Amino acid sequence: MNKNQILEILKNLLRIRMTELKISVEYSKQKMRCPVHLSIGQEAIAAPLKVLLTKKDIVVSGHRAHAHYIGKGCNLEKFIFELYLKEKGFSRGKAGSMHLFDKKNGFYGSSPIVANSIPLGVGMGYYNKINKIDNVVLIFFGDGATEEGVFYESLNFAAIHNLRVLFICENNFYSVYSNLKFRQPHNRKISEISKSLGIYSIKENGNDIRITTKTLSKALNFIKKNSKPILIEYSTFRFVEHCGPNKDDHLKYRNQSELNYWMKNDPIKIMYKFINNKDKSLLHKFKRNFNNELNSIFLKAEKLKYPKESVAYTNLYNEKS
Amino acid sequence: MRKVKFHQAINMALEYSLKRDKSMILYGLGVSDPKEIFETTINLQKKFGSQRVFDTPNSENALTGMGIGYGMMGGRVVMTHQRLDFSLLSLDQLINNAAKLFYTSDGKFSVPITIRLIVGRGWGQGPNHSQALQSLFAHIPGLKVVSPSNPNNAYHLLISSIFDNNPTIFIEHRWLHNQEGRIDKIYKPKKIKSFEKISTGRDLTIVCNSLMTIESIKANKILKKNKIKCDIINLLSINPLNLNVVIKSVKKTGKLIVCDIDHGHISISSEIISSVASYRKNIFKKKPIKISMPNYPTPTGPSLTKNFYPNFINIIKSSEKILNRNIKIPKNKLEEIKLHDIPFKNYTGPF
Ligand SMILES: Cc1ncc(C[n+]2csc(CCOP(=O)(O)OP(=O)(O)O)c2C)c(N)n1
Ligand SMILES: [Mg+2]
Repeated sequence: MNKNQILEILKNLLRIRMTELKISVEYSKQKMRCPVHLSIGQEAIAAPLKVLLTKKDIVVSGHRAHAHYIGKGCNLEKFIFELYLKEKGFSRGKAGSMHLFDKKNGFYGSSPIVANSIPLGVGMGYYNKINKIDNVVLIFFGDGATEEGVFYESLNFAAIHNLRVLFICENNFYSVYSNLKFRQPHNRKISEISKSLGIYSIKENGNDIRITTKTLSKALNFIKKNSKPILIEYSTFRFVEHCGPNKDDHLKYRNQSELNYWMKNDPIKIMYKFINNKDKSLLHKFKRNFNNELNSIFLKAEKLKYPKESVAYTNLYNEKS
Repeated sequence: MRKVKFHQAINMALEYSLKRDKSMILYGLGVSDPKEIFETTINLQKKFGSQRVFDTPNSENALTGMGIGYGMMGGRVVMTHQRLDFSLLSLDQLINNAAKLFYTSDGKFSVPITIRLIVGRGWGQGPNHSQALQSLFAHIPGLKVVSPSNPNNAYHLLISSIFDNNPTIFIEHRWLHNQEGRIDKIYKPKKIKSFEKISTGRDLTIVCNSLMTIESIKANKILKKNKIKCDIINLLSINPLNLNVVIKSVKKTGKLIVCDIDHGHISISSEIISSVASYRKNIFKKKPIKISMPNYPTPTGPSLTKNFYPNFINIIKSSEKILNRNIKIPKNKLEEIKLHDIPFKNYTGPF
């Protein structure tokens, strides 16, 4: 990977964080009237996508999908406009934060129903296989999704058909307020489950951008070379509440030592530790510019028109022949 | 008794039932988390222990089947879903097992489980957090489908559902959770009540349930001011569906409006109208009217949902049509529905 590509990944990391922070600040104005599940803290897993994937590689995701959408280099304006539920959003306000799409850029959907998009990604992989298309499908989901039956059924199918699918589990140890230890046996790794289902699996630190970049890139190469699925379980942590813009640690469902540990391992902090001064100043400049870009997108979003009511009653069926 | 909120009434019914039947378990995602299913399960784990009241993995289908098995052994079960939409993962267990085991075992196994389904509305709930789907469940022979509309009937209906020996879908509208009212004392669990008469009149019959009952009551205040007297029938149970009271009422009024919280096509509201229409003689003086959600997925944005969810204004407009006269709506009432996507003034989302 060349220097520019690495820098682009670091910028992307900041791009996701800054966008999510901006959403969290603006959200309280009640202009984005839809539930949002922010990715703050989990950005390092998605940041490399823009550089490592082509537009034709496909991403699908769940409720916490902003990072994957931005990370893949999808249309930022249309995304923010959609959060504002405006006419110029990618689905003209029908979708909001919980149903993201950008077909042109290879983002084929996210769903608020836990584990719901995992089999869709597998189906896309199967289509690619029998049509001899060698693009990869990336399927993002949380630790909680691995408790649904459809997770096992999907992995099994991908394994027996040797699909070019990369399953990415973002294990942030919680499903809403419920710790993994109340939901799954202690010491059983998610990556061990997938391994025993016949899928090559690894477990990695999801907060160090160097590690996520390396493992994602290796996994993509492996998939392309061997035409076999892989699962990566990344450990990571969500910094704000499950759904919404605020902190919720006053509810005390996560203990202080855990919080301290992960705050120390903030993906942005880790990144700043290893870059040199020259890159630092480049990133600083990027931040200034991107901040301006964000401000103007959000301002524009506020001013834009809402879709006409009749838009609600369009595109139920495709009757084109 | 003192006034309580709807969510407290649910909590009291659960507590009563857990006390009364030591075999009863209560579970579902969030049952013992800090928000305690919109406070409906507050303190229950503390009072009854984590064996009987517990949070679960994200495994709706398996846990529904688990509850069915527990029920077949003779235990009582309440499972909750924070949104009806999430329960759709469990349709296999509900439809293929829960609804059929008493029948296929020819009465040897019963399934005394109650599934609480919370229906969302407004504020960006969108296509996967606002489905009411009462008609889908009511379509299945062997499932009972009930829904309360206020704290008192919520309390009694939930207890009746829990102590009913059959799988019962308890549809609980999120926008009812803040309703306030008094609760009648309970002596022992009674059979599931099929309806409640809310008001009596000769001009018009309104059939409704759940949140649409609240909207009907709002409409009724305006109708009354316009000297229109209505029979309002709140259906507590839609399966089994007992329509005797509706037929009796339409015989008197000749005019029927049915309000549905769900999509109106191929629905419980269609069923009610067709049943009344196929009564042995024609009792309609005017064509009946159905008020419901459109035959579309719910959009997310506020400009798109403006007229998506039915409310009391739809009832007034339909009354004008069926009665063929103008009805004056006070200005402040029209103001009220401008905030169409929130349940009360200071609501800030998200669920
Ligand atoms: C089938 C289903 N059950 C429950 C929910 C409610 N819910 C929304 S997100 C979520 C947590 C899922 O946890 P995880 O997969 O670990 O993702 P995270 O939020 O941690 O990113 C739950 C339970 C849902 N949306 N769908
Ligand atoms: Mg999680």
